[in-house]
Amino acid sequence: MELALFYIIGAVVVASALCVVFLERPIHNVLFMIVTMIGLAGLFILLRAEFIAMVQLIVYAGAVMVLFLFVIMLLNLEQIRIPEDPSVYRRWIGVGFAVLLLLVVLPFVWVLKVGKVGTLMLDKAPEISNTEILGRELFTTYLLPFEIASVLLLAAIIGAVVLAKRRSDEKMTHS
Amino acid sequence: MITLNHYLVLAAVLFTIGVGGVMFRRNLIVILMSLELMLNSVNLTFIALARYMESIEGQVIVLFVMVVAAAEVAVGLAIAVMVFRQKGSINVDDVSLMRW
Repeated sequence: MELALFYIIGAVVVASALCVVFLERPIHNVLFMIVTMIGLAGLFILLRAEFIAMVQLIVYAGAVMVLFLFVIMLLNLEQIRIPEDPSVYRRWIGVGFAVLLLLVVLPFVWVLKVGKVGTLMLDKAPEISNTEILGRELFTTYLLPFEIASVLLLAAIIGAVVLAKRRSDEKMTHS
Repeated sequence: MITLNHYLVLAAVLFTIGVGGVMFRRNLIVILMSLELMLNSVNLTFIALARYMESIEGQVIVLFVMVVAAAEVAVGLAIAVMVFRQKGSINVDDVSLMRW
């Protein structure tokens, strides 16, 4: 049952990832990316990471992809046709390097064996939820990275606002 | 029986597709999306390892990777909007100032 689910969701994720990379219109790319994100959230649930699956749906599929959609609509990119790289052999070199990367990584990934650490506490699953274990680790052992992550988000907000601000109000005061 | 290696191979395939997208697409938005695909494949690797090593640290790292990815997308898209305003195009070939 799990195996069937893994293969189905895996096939959907790989197919939509290929659609993201190969289709021409940006709207199609964004929509297939959303499908990929949702498929990945399904895989996370299969892997007993329920909190991360929900965060993936809320943050990635719900916020980051919507941001992409907003930018596409704001810049009116559907009217603009981006001609893809006219040099065909350059594209096939790109595909060749990607396949080469996969062939180099695959032997290591195929035979990897790992030990157990024991902090996931899967056997206590109904009483202690994944969210609680994650929260406990995040607020005790990993408190400093957590605070730094919030500062990083603040910097990103300020950076995005400053970068996207129009300069037209400056021109009006200097006229 | 799904082993760890099934998930790692899937993550490697997704990562490769993302790398291919970054390398041979000219549209800046699609390049950013392929970057997100690569980050998602890394998330899948971490979660799979967290499950099979029974370690919660894998999921903690994934949370931080998601934070960094969200911040990077916000700033990256702001830069893309600025580039579009300056050059009128988000084709990366048009914003190249290199000689060749």
